[in-house]
Parts: sequence; structure tokens; C-alpha cells
Amino acid sequence: MDVILGITTANEVIVITSRAFVRGVSILKADDKDKTRILSPHTMMAFTGESGDTVQFAEFIQANIQLHEMRNAVELSPSAITSFLRNQLATSLRSRKPYNVNVLVAGYDEAKGKPELNWVDYLSAKVSVPYAAHGYAAYYTLSLLDRWHRTDLTLEEGLKVAEMCVAELKKRLPIDFKGVDIKVVDKDGIRTEKVIE
Amino acid sequence: MSGYDRALSVFSPDGHVFQVEYALEAVKRGTCAVGVKGADIVVLGCEKRTAMKLQDTRITPSKIAVIDHHVCLAFAGLNADARVLVDKARIEAQSHRLTVEDPVTVEYLTKHIAGIQQKYTQSGGVRPFGISTLVIGFDPNDKTPRLYQTEPSGIYSAWKANAIGRSSKTVREFLEKNYEEEMDREATIRLAIKSLLEVVQTGARNIEIAIMAAGKRIEMLPFESIEQYVKDIEAEKEAEAAKKKPRGQTSSN
Repeated sequence: MDVILGITTANEVIVITSRAFVRGVSILKADDKDKTRILSPHTMMAFTGESGDTVQFAEFIQANIQLHEMRNAVELSPSAITSFLRNQLATSLRSRKPYNVNVLVAGYDEAKGKPELNWVDYLSAKVSVPYAAHGYAAYYTLSLLDRWHRTDLTLEEGLKVAEMCVAELKKRLPIDFKGVDIKVVDKDGIRTEKVIE
Repeated sequence: MSGYDRALSVFSPDGHVFQVEYALEAVKRGTCAVGVKGADIVVLGCEKRTAMKLQDTRITPSKIAVIDHHVCLAFAGLNADARVLVDKARIEAQSHRLTVEDPVTVEYLTKHIAGIQQKYTQSGGVRPFGISTLVIGFDPNDKTPRLYQTEPSGIYSAWKANAIGRSSKTVREFLEKNYEEEMDREATIRLAIKSLLEVVQTGARNIEIAIMAAGKRIEMLPFESIEQYVKDIEAEKEAEAAKKKPRGQTSSN
């Protein structure tokens, strides 16, 4: 019951991940469960799914993207990274033991000068979207985002929408997810914007 | 041919492995590279071959290769051999991150590169790498600059400043004479360029400089600032020569 949420604004992508490490109906750790990995200076991924698979897959993608960056001395665009990720996931899907991972890839495309958010699920469906969520979080936040999201949101407005989503999740989700980490990807890179306890 | 250099795994009666020594000869024919450690930075300098008139210089590969964000390497010798070795090093750097969740230390990577080079002196059907490398960088969470050298035989060693490739002996002697402990950024870059100028006649156009500082990514010095350093160094040399001259003139008058 992890919360993974992404919202694009005019110049950045806001990524919200819950802080609790949950197994079944128990919380094993209440803070510091980082559900994201940095793939390149301007691209990060957030993930949920089978807990062993998620980190293994994320770090595998991370290593390959960084190796590509070292070999070719160029940073891949968020969409190129997502295509690679989707392809790896699709290959795995057709193997004996596929990865059970759902992913959001948030990035800033330096060539286009635009933020970008990609949604990929464990069946390797990939969509580029203005806002997205995985799992139960989607049930409670998509309607809010339908109402309040605009493509010309400022960072402040975006964060306000994000906080509305978190408030709604706190109200509706049956399990306490122990607050969220809010990260922002923009032209300057990736940073943790704030933590809501 | 003495017959002891057919297969590289065969010793000559006096204990030489000729193929390895020939590889060192290939290194000596490669363009020169220097590495200099300062108080908190480490600098790599390379001699760059002049491009042909019709060559597209944008895609001409550099002799300085980034292995990971905190480690890079310069080589002297056969460029094509280097590409293979550099790729192996890059894979190891990433694989190390993946298995132990930590970036490689510079010594670990050097040892790995030297290990590969050694393997190629003792396996069948291969020849040694015709390159020496200078590996520079910083260990994770550490501010001490590092500089190592590897050779075709698989030897590796740590240095304060060193040179490999063509006329490396001249440059090394220059560095031995002019190296100072705890140099600041300016002095370190200057020493690297000055030592290269001992063997590079054509000046800034044929010099490549990379700088690494703790916690930062590699910085390639732009042509304009290399040119400025070269100008300053040449002006200084002239001033020194001029100081000696008047005395010479007065004595002759």
C-alpha cells in the first residue's frame, strides 16, 4: 500500500513517495524508506511492487543508465531512459520469473526544456502523462488532480496540489503511510523539496 | 628474432618476457600524459595530436576517459587498446556500485585495471595491452587526491606527479625538479601545463587538461584558459632569459 505520485508543473516534476516500509499489513519501518533512485542528473524513478524486485530492478536500471552516460559522455533524455526501462521490464515479463515492479520516471528534458513524467506498470505499459499514481493512491488522488492540475502550474501551486493529495490520502487510506517525501526534478537537477511527517 | 618472442607466455633464458617489453615500447611511442596532485585537486594533462585538415575534430576521441563520476584516466600507447580497457574499467565501476552500493575507490579500480593488463601477459592467444594509464580521482567521502599509474606488465604504483608516453623521462625529471608539496589549484594546473610544454612544441592547441576536485565532476579546461596559462608561462620564461641576457651583453661589450 505504498504511495507513489507524480505531478508535472510548468517547469518541474513533483514526486511524492510514502515513507513507511510496509509488508502485508505491518509497518516494518516508519521512516527513511527511499522509494526512489536517481538515474541521471535530471531523471529519477520512483517504484512500488514486490519489495525485493523493486530495489533490484531500480538499481539494475540505474547502473545501466550510468554506464551508458560514462561510455558516451551524454545524458539520456527521460523518454529514452523510460524506453530502455520499459524494454528491460518487457523482456523480464516474458521470462520464467518476471519483475513485479510499477514505476514512475520523472525527469527534465534539457533538449526540449520541458519536465516529463512517464508511467510504467509491471506489464510494461508505458505512457507519458501530466500526473500519475500507482496502486491505491490513484483511487483517491486522480480525481483531485483532474480538478486542480493545469499544465501552467507554478512550483508553489504544484506543491499545494501535492499537499491536498497527501491530506486526502491520510484521510482515506486504511493504513498510515507515515508521511511522504516530496522531491522535485527541474532544470537544476533533483532535490528533496520537503518531508511531510 | 631469438625465438623467445613468438608466444608471449614464454620466457627468454635470461628471464625476459619480450612481448611485454615490446608493449612498453608501444607506450613510449604514444603521446605524452602527465598527472599532478595538488593539496586538494588532481590534474591530468595530455598531449593531443594535431588533427588533419579535413578531419572532423568533434568526434575525435579524447585521451582522457571518465570511468565514473569520481574517477578518470589518461593513457599513453595504442588508442584502440585503451578503448577496450577503459570499457572494462567502466563496467567494473558500475558493477561495484551495484554489488556493494558504494562507488569504487581509486586504488581498487587501478588494481582492477592492472589485473586485467596482467592477465593479458599470461593467457594464450592474446597480446598485452600496449598502454600505460594514469588513474586519478577521489575516494568516496574523502578529500585526498589520488594518482596511480598502471603498466602493460600489470604493475601499478602511486605517485605525487608522474608522466607516461613519449619523452616521459624528460617530463618526469622536470616534475621531480619543480614539484612542491601542498600546491594550490593554480600552481597545480600550471605545473601540469609547464611540464607538458617541455615536450609539446606547438603549445595550447595540442594540450588537453582535466581537473578533478573532491565531490565534483570532472572539469575539462577550455582552450582559452589553457592558452592563457601557456602565454603566462612563456612570458615568464622570456623574462628569465632577459634577466640573464643583460649580464651577457655587458660582459661582451
